[in-house]
Amino acid sequence: MLQTLIPLFVDALASAALIFFVAVGLTLVFSVLRVLNVAHGSFYSIGAYAAASLGLWIVSAGLPDWLTFPALVLSAAFVALLFGPLVENTLVRWTYGKSDAVQVLVTFGLFLILEDLQKMVFGVQSLYQDTPMSMLGITELGGIVYLNYQLLLIVLAGVVLVALRLFIGHSRTGRLIAAVVADREVSQALGIDTNRMYTIAFTLGVFLAALGGAMATPTSGVSPGLGADTMVLAFAVAAIGGLGQVEGAAIASLIVAVAKVLAIYFAPEFDAVAPYVVMLAVLLVKPYGLFGSPTTRRI
Amino acid sequence: MNRSSLALLAAALLIAGLAPLAFPFLQFVLTIALAKGFAALGVALLLRAGLISLGHAMFYAVGAYAAAFLAKSLGFTDMMGLIVAATIVSGLCGLLVGLFLVRYRAIFFAMLNLAVSMVVFALLSKLYGLTGGTDGMAVAVPTLFGLTLTKEGSDTVLFYLALVLAAGLGLVVHRYLKSPLGHALSAVHSNEVRLEYLGVSAASTLLTAYTISATLAGLGGAIAALSIGHVLPEFAFWTQSGQLVLTAVLGGISGIAGPFLGAAFLEGVHTLAVGTVADAWNLIVGAVLLVVIFFLPRGLFGLIEKIAGRKTQAGETEL
Amino acid sequence: MTKPLLRAENLEISFGGIRAANGVSLEIGEGEFVAIIGPNGSGKTTFLNLCTGYIRPTRGKVWLGDMEITRMAPRAIARRGIARAFQIPQLFADHSVLDNVMLAIAARRGIWDALNPLDRPDYRREAGELLDLLDLGAHADTIAGTLPEGLRKLADVTVAMALDPKLLLLDEPTSGVSALERFPLMDTLMKAMRTRGITALFVEHDMDIVENYADRVIVWEAGKVMAEGKPADVMKDPRVLENVVGVA
Repeated sequence: MLQTLIPLFVDALASAALIFFVAVGLTLVFSVLRVLNVAHGSFYSIGAYAAASLGLWIVSAGLPDWLTFPALVLSAAFVALLFGPLVENTLVRWTYGKSDAVQVLVTFGLFLILEDLQKMVFGVQSLYQDTPMSMLGITELGGIVYLNYQLLLIVLAGVVLVALRLFIGHSRTGRLIAAVVADREVSQALGIDTNRMYTIAFTLGVFLAALGGAMATPTSGVSPGLGADTMVLAFAVAAIGGLGQVEGAAIASLIVAVAKVLAIYFAPEFDAVAPYVVMLAVLLVKPYGLFGSPTTRRI
Repeated sequence: MNRSSLALLAAALLIAGLAPLAFPFLQFVLTIALAKGFAALGVALLLRAGLISLGHAMFYAVGAYAAAFLAKSLGFTDMMGLIVAATIVSGLCGLLVGLFLVRYRAIFFAMLNLAVSMVVFALLSKLYGLTGGTDGMAVAVPTLFGLTLTKEGSDTVLFYLALVLAAGLGLVVHRYLKSPLGHALSAVHSNEVRLEYLGVSAASTLLTAYTISATLAGLGGAIAALSIGHVLPEFAFWTQSGQLVLTAVLGGISGIAGPFLGAAFLEGVHTLAVGTVADAWNLIVGAVLLVVIFFLPRGLFGLIEKIAGRKTQAGETEL
Repeated sequence: MTKPLLRAENLEISFGGIRAANGVSLEIGEGEFVAIIGPNGSGKTTFLNLCTGYIRPTRGKVWLGDMEITRMAPRAIARRGIARAFQIPQLFADHSVLDNVMLAIAARRGIWDALNPLDRPDYRREAGELLDLLDLGAHADTIAGTLPEGLRKLADVTVAMALDPKLLLLDEPTSGVSALERFPLMDTLMKAMRTRGITALFVEHDMDIVENYADRVIVWEAGKVMAEGKPADVMKDPRVLENVVGVA
């Protein structure tokens, strides 16, 4: 039994890692900007497309295979720098102070635009670039075979979680951002450039989403529609953990991944539905998520 | 409703009713426009309470699938009966989903609606035995009070029936919005705390609106199902919900005609664009949505009013 | 006192270590116009919140007439006859003043009406009478959000009165109103309340207002009732003078 369960569990942890990247970006942006970016999932898929394209190009250009690793992170960074400041300065900033309905509609409009833009730029076929995964190979322990790439994902997710916590708690920029979260007006009165903080936080969120997408390409590839599916899943996870709660996103990612695994094991047709069942169950008992509150104000 | 609005409505109905006689291809386009108009009207109702349903296509799909399912498994094919039954089914679904969702506001409400609709989509796609899975279900040509009809005949009856329903239900919803309950709905958006201190339950007010809006969307779905002759899981997909939101916002949410106007406009453009820019349809929808939000907060209907020289009145809604 | 309209018994509640209500007991009789005074943070607004169901006490009870309302929701208490006007006026900002009042009337007479218009002759008439009573008649069609501060307060009270309450709670009715307008505002309010036979409890900081309009004064201090009685008597009480009025 363990022979089947452990690999499934490792699969779950790896997919939890990927979901964590995109969910924590969403929750972070919400925490700092009080904006729920409906287009957040699109950055996941754009990151994936960018990473897959770059990786394929590296291989086809005869460049050394190991370059596909930094390519993953570079693609994510590129996407973040390209879209982050641009989107935040124009569309998102326009919605500050306006009703929530406007905010949802604007980011939703962006989402629709990005969906077709992706198809136009990257085509409608699935892209698959597994060099990083095959390069890392496998490990065998106690009769069970582990994909090293999955172990990398899990470790990377842990690193990101710790890094975020250190950044927010201990770096100068991070503390400034936390101040803005705690009290916007006082921060401005103190001379903090809140607009710059918003841009930084938003760009960081985009980076995390794109990173998730990029890291997912070796194992799952990318195809049209990934953005929409990921968006709803990211929201479900962020909602379960509590919007604005970084650690909550981590725990929720784990819970959702485990739920998916159980579904695959017991009711395979419903594995796509499992995260939402969990969300429903959690929200019925705790309407604002496990660690959230109606006026969540901390990261 | 004042004289000029009534006259405008009558004129619009007349044009819509007569146009297909001159241009037969318009009948199908207008039927679908009416179907989506009902659903968009449902979305518009919720927008008045400041709530955006990003998943309303699920009720459209429920209505469509209910019609298809009842026709198929119960052999029940009467047009009126199917429409009524499918509408009731979607209304009940709206009530059930609403019970959970009306606790939430703003973003949470929007995203939860989206999530539930994706679940509906997933179920419709996976439950092959019940729903035909990704292939969907065919819908038999409906009968009318026992009379068998040709497809053309049934389409024509369906169109005029939809037109009459739009006029009739439109007036009913208009009265609802002018009633105490309708005012309470926009009061939830204005000042929910005050409303509660008046002794009115915001949750019950919203639940009523949500159920009505789900019913309207289901009605639209049933009409669409009977018209197209086939139902697919895509009816529930988020892109459909997105288009419904755009339709409502584009048309204008302060009146009843707005959503239908928006739907007619969009269906028209879509039909014309099918050959050329079909691949970029979402992009166009998204871009138009942004343009409307930035420059036309009161939608096309507001634009028409501006051109006609009418000033904004007290209590009219914009985003 | 013959059967009191409002009775509080030993109310207790704490917020983060501060005892906002520390054994509050009092009675308000029908027809009385009672002022609540006390330093900031002494628990006056907390008391109003406890009476309207906004918060629940950890101990103690509140009665409206014969009915215990301690644990009822704000909605239910509003329906049972306690109406509230807020320190920051709470109106439906994008509706007209008339619509605001008519909605309150509809809430009282039956909100579950989906087919008849809100704007109907008898609601209009009643709203109009009420607005005239509070000297707001001229502003009936003004959008509530655009009213100046003083009129917003009046509108807030009008909306509360449209509920035809047994007890009206006013949270600092004259705060934010210029010194010139305070007495006329209170005159209007008093006249309206006497006409309608409404019992009122109001939180106030302005001692002149209290002296001139209150039948009785209850003095709050550190979450408890420190003194009560006629304004003239209470104002002579040295403890009150020291703690509340600020005269050594």
